[in-house]
Amino acid sequence: MAVNPELQGRVFPPTAPYLVGREKIREFSRAVLSTNPINLDVDAARAAGHADLVAPPTFPVVVQEATLAQLLAEPDAGIDFSRVVHGEQRFTYTRAIVAGDELTATLTVSSVKSLGGHNMVTADSDIVDANGKHVVTAISTLVVRGDED
Amino acid sequence: MVDYSSLTKGDVVAEENFHLTRDNLVRYAGASGDFNPIHYRDDVAVSVGLPGVLAHGMLTMGFAVQPVSNWVGDPARIVDYQVRFTRPVLVDGATGADVTVTATVGALEDETKIARIDLTAKFNDETVLGKAQVRVNLA
Repeated sequence: MAVNPELQGRVFPPTAPYLVGREKIREFSRAVLSTNPINLDVDAARAAGHADLVAPPTFPVVVQEATLAQLLAEPDAGIDFSRVVHGEQRFTYTRAIVAGDELTATLTVSSVKSLGGHNMVTADSDIVDANGKHVVTAISTLVVRGDED
Repeated sequence: MVDYSSLTKGDVVAEENFHLTRDNLVRYAGASGDFNPIHYRDDVAVSVGLPGVLAHGMLTMGFAVQPVSNWVGDPARIVDYQVRFTRPVLVDGATGADVTVTATVGALEDETKIARIDLTAKFNDETVLGKAQVRVNLA
């Protein structure tokens, strides 16, 4: 089954707000082997001018997850999850995520391409705070392998 | 605080070895919410044509940037981070896996004082990330 080319340009409804917890940041920081005190120690984060613990650079993936679930659940998408390989990932930050942020993500499928029997789907998740201000955009390129391999 | 004017293209700013075990994969699965069983079950990994359990690409992306985070001091100075996942990191149940990360100054943007730091991540002497670039604001 091929990925539906009409997905390109589709915008999904915003996800439910995600409240970033201090202990979640610590848990994620330990999981990515961070030793940076600004990820782990509130006093160190405040001394550096932040309101609370700062999340590690790849933390937005936790918020982005809900948007990728929307994409895979889209009835006409034609994306077989068992054939999906993560090809590329990018984060473009306006500011770092801090404990206490309430974040909402909106997914746009920016591109659907065919390449050598595979499909490449690029999904942009724009993540904003409770004031609607941009925090980070998480961009995933998923490779959906064709049937022949 | 890193002094922008002290940097030269090609400088190695950080290098670190990360030893991964299956415990790390379970911990990352829980923290990230990615419970794909190819990251903790050999039988499932083999059934989809893999040699064995492999690390989440996002785990590798996650720790590969930590040497840069420590070098710059404040992770909030990172304004952009991208990677391509080019090879899997197989994590042996008994012996784990070692990934060595080298961070090098790739480009300097004088007007904005943004340094592009390029990452090389090697497992078994082969790179596992492509175009791994971290842009750091040093203004």
